[in-house]
Amino acid sequence: MRPTDVVQTRSPGRVVLLLCLLLAALGLSLFSASPADADTVGGDLPYQFVGNVQNNQKPLADVEITVQGNGYKATAKTDEKGQWKIGVPTKAAYKVTLDEDTLPKGVVVVKGGATTTAEFGLTNTKAVNFFLGKGERVTTDFFSQLFGRIVNGLQFGLMLALAAIGLSLIFGTTGLSNFAHSEMITFGALMTLTFSSILGWPLWIGIIIALVLSACLGWSMDAVIWKPLRRKGVGLVQMMIVSIGLSLAIRYVFQYFYGGATRQLPGATLPSTIRFGAVALSWVDIASMIISLVVLGGVAYFLLRTRIGKATRAVSDNPSLAAASGIDVDRVIRIVWVLGGALAGLSGILYAYYRPGVSWDMGFQILLLVFAAVTLGGLGTAFGALVGSLVVGLFVELTTLWLPSDLKYVGALVVLILVLLFRPQGILGRKERIG
Amino acid sequence: MIDWGAIFSNAAQELISPTTAAYALAALGLAIHFGYTGLLNFGQAGFMALGAYGYAISTLTFHFPVWAAVLVGVGASVVFALILGIPTLRLRADYLAIVTIAAAEILRLLFTTNTFDSVTGSATGLQGYKGGFAALNPFTFEGTVGFGPWQYNAYDWWIRLVGWIVVILAAVFTWLIMRAPWGRVIKGIREDEDAVRALGKNVYSYKMQSLILGGVFGTLAGMIFVLPRAVVPANYQTSLTFFIYAILLLGGAATILGPIVGSMVFWVLLSFFSGFIARAVAAGWLPFMSQVQAGQLRFILVGVAIMLIVIFRPQGILGNKKELAFVK
Amino acid sequence: MSSDVTPTATPVKTTGLHIGYAEPGCRKVDPILVADGVKRTFGGLTAVDVQHVEVPRGAITALIGPNGAGKTTFFNLLTGFDKPDEGSWEFDGRSLAHIPAYRVARMGLIRTFQLTKSLGLLSVLDNMKLGAKGQTGENLFRAILPFLWRSQDKEIEAKAEDILARFKLDTKKEDYAASLSGGQRKLLEMARALMSDPTLVMLDEPMAGVNPALTQSLLDHILDLKTQGMTVLFVEHDMHMVRHIADWVIVMAEGKVVAEGDPHTVMANPAVIDAYLGSHHDSDLGAEDPEHEHVLKELLDDQQ
Repeated sequence: MRPTDVVQTRSPGRVVLLLCLLLAALGLSLFSASPADADTVGGDLPYQFVGNVQNNQKPLADVEITVQGNGYKATAKTDEKGQWKIGVPTKAAYKVTLDEDTLPKGVVVVKGGATTTAEFGLTNTKAVNFFLGKGERVTTDFFSQLFGRIVNGLQFGLMLALAAIGLSLIFGTTGLSNFAHSEMITFGALMTLTFSSILGWPLWIGIIIALVLSACLGWSMDAVIWKPLRRKGVGLVQMMIVSIGLSLAIRYVFQYFYGGATRQLPGATLPSTIRFGAVALSWVDIASMIISLVVLGGVAYFLLRTRIGKATRAVSDNPSLAAASGIDVDRVIRIVWVLGGALAGLSGILYAYYRPGVSWDMGFQILLLVFAAVTLGGLGTAFGALVGSLVVGLFVELTTLWLPSDLKYVGALVVLILVLLFRPQGILGRKERIG
Repeated sequence: MIDWGAIFSNAAQELISPTTAAYALAALGLAIHFGYTGLLNFGQAGFMALGAYGYAISTLTFHFPVWAAVLVGVGASVVFALILGIPTLRLRADYLAIVTIAAAEILRLLFTTNTFDSVTGSATGLQGYKGGFAALNPFTFEGTVGFGPWQYNAYDWWIRLVGWIVVILAAVFTWLIMRAPWGRVIKGIREDEDAVRALGKNVYSYKMQSLILGGVFGTLAGMIFVLPRAVVPANYQTSLTFFIYAILLLGGAATILGPIVGSMVFWVLLSFFSGFIARAVAAGWLPFMSQVQAGQLRFILVGVAIMLIVIFRPQGILGNKKELAFVK
Repeated sequence: MSSDVTPTATPVKTTGLHIGYAEPGCRKVDPILVADGVKRTFGGLTAVDVQHVEVPRGAITALIGPNGAGKTTFFNLLTGFDKPDEGSWEFDGRSLAHIPAYRVARMGLIRTFQLTKSLGLLSVLDNMKLGAKGQTGENLFRAILPFLWRSQDKEIEAKAEDILARFKLDTKKEDYAASLSGGQRKLLEMARALMSDPTLVMLDEPMAGVNPALTQSLLDHILDLKTQGMTVLFVEHDMHMVRHIADWVIVMAEGKVVAEGDPHTVMANPAVIDAYLGSHHDSDLGAEDPEHEHVLKELLDDQQ
C-alpha cells in the first residue's frame, strides 16, 4: 500500500496473501501506516485518545500514532512537545500503534510493544503512552535476533509452564479441562497490583500475599464448586462447561472492579540494561527466569520425591487403583488445586512483568497457549506440560522473526493442531489403549 | 424516573431481531454438534466469522453476486470443518474442543492482523457489502411500518424476514433428519460410538457430516449476523461461542426448538436486564455502580447462568428430563 | 458369578471340528476365521502373540484364559477396534487386515462388549433398529425425504419387534435403554447384534454382571444362535457355562494360545490348569471358589 492510500483498496490478489502466511510475512515490510500531518485528528469527536511521546524526558516530534478499531482508523503525528490527540466516535476498545519507523535512530519501544489496546475508563479522555528507550531495532543481525528470541521464548515458556503444570495436574487427577484457570492466572497479578501498586506495600509482601490468596482461590474453587459437583456425579463435559461459565463470570467480575485499563506493577518498566552479547535483559527478566526455574524444580521434587507427590502421580495414572491402594484421593485433589492456584498466580505475576501490564483479561489471552502446552506435552502428564510450555514459548517468540507480531500466537496454535494430527498422545504422552 | 416503556419496547424488539435469529441458527448448528452427536465444538465463532468474512470479502473484493457470496462462505466453512475434523474426529472428545477453540482463534487473528488489511480491513473490519442484498428487497415502502414496538424500515423488515425464514428452514431440515435413520445413528454416536461402529456404521463419516452441517448453519448465522451491522473481527472472540452455548443449554441441547426459544429468551432477558440496570444507574438508584460497570454485569450474569443451568437443569427449558444431552 | 446354571435342554454338541491332533493352532475342517502371527504390544508389554488359530464354522467356540491373557485385546484386533503390530487374519476367506471396524461388521462379523454398550438415551426399539444393515434413511440426503425410507423402516421395525419378543424385551420397547437392568442390557445388545443377520457373533463376556435369573435365558439364546446357523465365538470366565455350551475351547495365556480342544479334554489339561490358576490348581476348574476368582480378576484388571 502506498502511503497516500487512506481509503482501503481491495484487490483480489491480496486474498492469496491471506491464504499464504509465509508470503505475508515476507510482504510485511511493504505495508506501512497511513500518514497524517496534524497532531490533533478528529478533535470534534466525543472521545479522545491523547499521549505524549518522550524519550528520556525529551519530547519527540513527528512520530506517527495510529488509532484503529470498531470501523474507524485515524493517524496523527506528534508536535514539538511530543503530544498527539486522536478523537474516536465510540467509547470502546481501540488499537493504538506507534510507528517505530518514525522514531529517531537509536530509539525504540522497549516494553509492551508498539501496539497496545486502549479502552476508555470513566472519562472521555484516555492517555496512551509508550515505553521508549535506547535500543537498536532490526539493525541487529539475524543470529543475535534469534538468540534474543530464544531467551525471550524460554522466559515466556517457563512462565507458561507454571500455569500449565497446574492445569495438567488438575486434568490428570480430576479429568476437568479447567477453563477458569485463566482467571487464576489473572488473579495473582491483580492481587499483586492491589497490594503493591494500589496500597503501596513493598513488592515482596504484595507477591507473597498474592500467592497465598491464589492458593486460597484454588482451594476454595475446589471446595465450593468442584468437590460438590464430583460428589453429585456431574459428568466431565458438564463440568467443563461449568468452568467456562465460571471463567466468563470471574473475568467480568475482575473488569467490574478493576476496569478495562492496563496498569503496571512496580518495576515493570525497568530498562533492559543487562547485556549478554546481543541480548539485553532487565533485572526483572532475570529474576523471573530464576524464580520459574526454582519453583519448577521444587514442583519436580514434590512430584518425584515426596509421598504426597507420588500419590498425586498415582491418582493421575489411575484414580480407582490409587483409591483402592489406600490413597486419599480427595486430599490429593485438594492439594493439587492449592498448588495449581499458587502456580497459576505466580505465572500471572511473572506474565504481568513479561507483557508488561496487568489487565482483567490477561490470563484469558494466554489460556489457549497454556492449553496448547498441556496438549502438546500429553494431556495429564506434568512433565509433558513443562516440555510443551517450552515448545510453545519458543515457538511464539521465534515465529516473530518471520511473522508479524500480531500473528505470533497463530504459529503456536497451528503447531498444536499439527501435533494432534501426527502425535495425538502429545510429546511425552502414552498411547491410549482400547479395551 | 425510569422509562419502563422504553425498556419493555427494546426488550420486545429483541424477540425478532436479526441478531436473535443469527444466534438461534448458530445454536441450532451447535445442537447438531453437541446435543445430537456429542461433538464438543468450541469454534462456532470461527464458523460464523467465515460466513461474515466469506460473504463480505466475496462481495467487496471479487464483486460476486449475493448467491455466489453465500456459496463462498458455505464452501469456506465446509473446508474449515474438514480441516478440523480430519485430525480430531478419531480422537477423544476433548481434543476436538481444544482444536476447534484454537482454530477459531487462528481465524480471528488472521482476520485482525494488519498484514491482510487490504482484504480484511484488519481491526477496522469491513462494511459496504449490503448493496446486493438490499437490491433484492421486495419491500418498497418509505419510512417505517409495523405494529407495537416493532417499527422498521424496508431494509430492516427484509433482513428480519430473510433471517427468520433461514432459521425456520434450518429447523425443519434438522427435524426431518433427526427423526430419520440418519438421526438415529447420530444419537447412537453420542451415546457410544464404539457400539455404533460395531454395528457397521461409519462413525467417522457421520461425525464429519454432523460437523459440516452444524458448521454450515453457523456460517449462515454469521451472514445473518452481519446484515444489520459491520463485519468487525472483535465480534468473533471465544466469548461468542460461549454465548451460543449459553443459549443452547438454556433452550435444551438435544431439541430443535430449544435453540430458537433459548435465543429469544436470552436476548429479551438480556436486553431487559441491561436496559433496566443502565437506566437505574442513570436515575441514581445504584450509586455504587457506573454505566460501564452496568454494561459488564450482563457478562457476569451470562457466566453464572451457564453454570446454574448446567448444574441444575442440564436438559434446558424444552429438553426431556430423561434425555439429558450430555455425553458421560 | 453364577456357578450352578445348566441350560434347560441338554445342548447338542458339534464334534469332529478339527483335523489331526487337537493342539494349539490345529487346523479345522471348515474354519470361518483364521488368524496368523497376530501380535500386539503396549509399550514393552506383549498383550497378544498368536501364532496360528482357526475358529470352526457353525459351532460355539469359547475363548478362555486368566485375566490379562489378552482375550479382549485379541477380540479387538479381530474386529478392527485395535490394530496389531503385525500379522494377518481373514474372515470367510477375506483378509481383515487394515479393514476398519465398521466394514468388518458389515461383512457379517458382529461383536458385543464386555461392558455393555447399550445406547442409554435411545429407546430399546431405536437400539434395535440401529442394528439393521443397509438402511436407505441413513444417508443424509435421503433422510430428508421420508417416502424413500419409510417402508424399509417399517420392515426393520417388524423384524426388531420379532426379535425383541424372542428376547422377552417387547414390553420395554418404548423405554430408554438406560432404564434396563444389567442383564436386560446384555440381552438387548445380543438382540441388536442379530438385527444385521451376522454370520459370526463374537460375545465378550456375555454373562458378566448378569443376574442369575437371566443367565438361563441368555444361555438358551446363545445356543439358539447356533441352531440358526450362526457361528459363535465368546469370551467367558464361567467354566460351567463354557463346559455346557461350547463345542470347542481355545485357551489363551500371556497372549498366546496354549491349548485347544473340546471342553472336557481341555479342562483336564494340566497346562490349562497351570495357566489358569497359577499355583491354585488343587480344585477342579468348575468348582473354583468364585470369590477368589472375583478378586483375582479385579487385581488383574487393574494391572492392565
